[in-house]
Amino acid sequence: MAATRSLLDVLNGFVIELRNAGLPVSLTEHIDAMEALRVVDLADRESLKYALAATMVKSHSHWRPFETVFEVYFSALGGDASLDPGDVGPVVEDDLDGLLQQLQGGQPEGAGSLEGLTAEELAEMLYKAMLDGDDAVTKALAKQAVTRFSGMEPGRPVGGTYYLYRTLRHLDLEGMLRRLLEQAEDDADGGLTDLERRLALDEFESRMDRLRKEIEAEIRRRLVADRGPQAMAKTLRKPLPEDIDFMHASKEEMAQLRKALFPLTRKLAVRLARKRRHGRKGPLDFRSTVRHSLSYGGVPAEPKFRYPRPTKPEIFVVADISGSVAAFARFTLMLVHAIAGQFSKVRSFVFIDGIDEVTRFFDGVDDVASAIHRVNTEADVIWVDGHSDYGHAFETFWKRWGSDIGPKTTVILLGDARNNYHAAGSWVVKEIRAKARHVYWLNPEPKSYWDTGDSIVGEYANHCDGVFECRNLRQLERFVDVLQ
Amino acid sequence: MAARFESAADVKDALKTVSYLADDAISGVVHLADRLEKPILVEGPAGTGKTELAKAVAAVTGSRLIRLQCYEGLDESKALYEWNYKKQLLRIQAERNAEGEGATWSELEEDIFSESFLLSRPLLEAIRATDPVVLLIDEVDRLEIETEALLLEVLSDYQVSIPELGTVAAEQVPLVLLTSNNMRELSEALKRRCLFLHIDYPQMEREKEIVLTRVPDISEHLADQVVRIVRSIRQLELKKHPSVSETLDWARTLLLLGIDDVDAETAKSTLNILLKYQSDIQRAAKELTVNDPLKAR
Repeated sequence: MAATRSLLDVLNGFVIELRNAGLPVSLTEHIDAMEALRVVDLADRESLKYALAATMVKSHSHWRPFETVFEVYFSALGGDASLDPGDVGPVVEDDLDGLLQQLQGGQPEGAGSLEGLTAEELAEMLYKAMLDGDDAVTKALAKQAVTRFSGMEPGRPVGGTYYLYRTLRHLDLEGMLRRLLEQAEDDADGGLTDLERRLALDEFESRMDRLRKEIEAEIRRRLVADRGPQAMAKTLRKPLPEDIDFMHASKEEMAQLRKALFPLTRKLAVRLARKRRHGRKGPLDFRSTVRHSLSYGGVPAEPKFRYPRPTKPEIFVVADISGSVAAFARFTLMLVHAIAGQFSKVRSFVFIDGIDEVTRFFDGVDDVASAIHRVNTEADVIWVDGHSDYGHAFETFWKRWGSDIGPKTTVILLGDARNNYHAAGSWVVKEIRAKARHVYWLNPEPKSYWDTGDSIVGEYANHCDGVFECRNLRQLERFVDVLQ
Repeated sequence: MAARFESAADVKDALKTVSYLADDAISGVVHLADRLEKPILVEGPAGTGKTELAKAVAAVTGSRLIRLQCYEGLDESKALYEWNYKKQLLRIQAERNAEGEGATWSELEEDIFSESFLLSRPLLEAIRATDPVVLLIDEVDRLEIETEALLLEVLSDYQVSIPELGTVAAEQVPLVLLTSNNMRELSEALKRRCLFLHIDYPQMEREKEIVLTRVPDISEHLADQVVRIVRSIRQLELKKHPSVSETLDWARTLLLLGIDDVDAETAKSTLNILLKYQSDIQRAAKELTVNDPLKAR
């Protein structure tokens, strides 16, 4: 009974940790997980992980955060699951010995000899392990590399990424990759063809990736041992992809966002199309009603309606692409163009202090990412000094394209409205609103920053149909629903 | 009821006998679903073997596979049950013709709403089956969110309520698999009732095994090349990545063409089997044959 009791506590703590990380775990799912634990082999760490994931994680995008929490939480608990990080197994030790002997000219030194290596020798071993793709040796070496290079000190309040950076800097993986490629080139008769070279590179990179993950895991294990799982879980907590802030996304997070964007556009397209179809019935179809009345003896018992054809909106996106908000603008442009089929027309304009139409980059291209790249490099958006000037950009927009705006047009303005104290030009927004169907403003800044410093979003807001805070995919998705 | 599988490892071995190579996640979840008597919601990119999993599970357990293909506009009468109203009409008419000592209305009503006038659709059929069945609800994300609710009673309690008849409970709990291509977010209610399994593109080693099992006569060397090229292609930013079934198609094609060694030219000329968008094909052809790939990034 006592064992069950403690298992219950362990799971409870884990669920709380998951919820802290932002994963929605309901009570029923919690109970299911408990049930699942009764049928899986608790000593098998992997099956434990899959059982917990199957019962509590119901979206693929939540898998990575789940995995992190799992690693942290269960690495410290030990006990039920076999988690000893030092346990490499006898087979590997033999391997290591063999390798060592090769390296040091056949002087057997025994198992503990990894510590005795010089940094160069360690690098050389790692290189060999990479070349052979030997996972077990890689693992042992990763451990050693962390011990040696990360410079970890107990109780030091530094994040894991710092240690990771320090370890990797010593290993010089870039150089190693180049060496590996050269080696592969030498091994092949008459050199590699382009295709083979590419394949070799991908193979080595995936091995390096494994090494990097191994090092990361090792650092995490040590940090957990040092600070305890609760504290670690907190520092490792990463936002879910849909909650990543556009303005402060790291490079890795950006990649995650891009990945999340494509499924999102598909979902949005389906949703918009359905809404249109099921929105309302069209006007009465007289002919059809009369025809159907014949089967009721001439009584029009079943009125028939025309197929509804609501007009698709026409979208104008006007986006600030200066420094801080560039990432956000890119995302919104990508999103809108990816679902362009749901609108009758999409035109996009980008500005900093000058403004340029960039629709041409998207026309007839089905690769939105490369179009965005061209927007960034080729659009003519600098007028004077390359600092945001909403007033001038809007005035130019009105002069050149104002006449294209009609009653079917929805205009979406993107930016933080930080105008560097230039003239606001808010009369343009007012004019646009008078002609267009809707004018919306999307601001990637948190609401509490609005109208502070040189932000004048409030002044524009007076003339918009809606101003939305739009800091992450979740909010962006919600906004697109409004567009109908 | 007796469990179908002993352990996760048992699931894996069993599936292997029907040429389905499961990884730890798949076998673990199938085992769990069997024990907990819960449905599995299988999600993942197209062509990674979601539907195939259901077929394989049915094959190894010796069960009948009942399949409900979902589509927009699917309704109760096609998913659950329908009254055979033509037969009911005939019954009423027969009664009328039999003059005189005809049954009273209430007797008649009881009669025409009995099981013999009921047409089972897949969900009810799976519930009423007395032999072991595997129920596959395919592409559940194509349903409208309102129609999803039809499934909930079946999924959580393994029963169907028919107003005229009462509740039909399952004779034996079927193993239920739902598949989704993630075209839209499924409702919380549905997800909560299921175990979740995401099947992604397999690791290279596993994919190689799959190719070796599914394409007989292929040489180890060719299989290795095929999966390595496919892995490289999957790392590119493409509209649609090659799926496992496309990898298999490609391997079969290469075999048919009598190719033992894939070089850049063969790869380029047969890329259209792996990739279905012109822009993807162009990009892959270009990326795979960069002279110095390290410098190119």
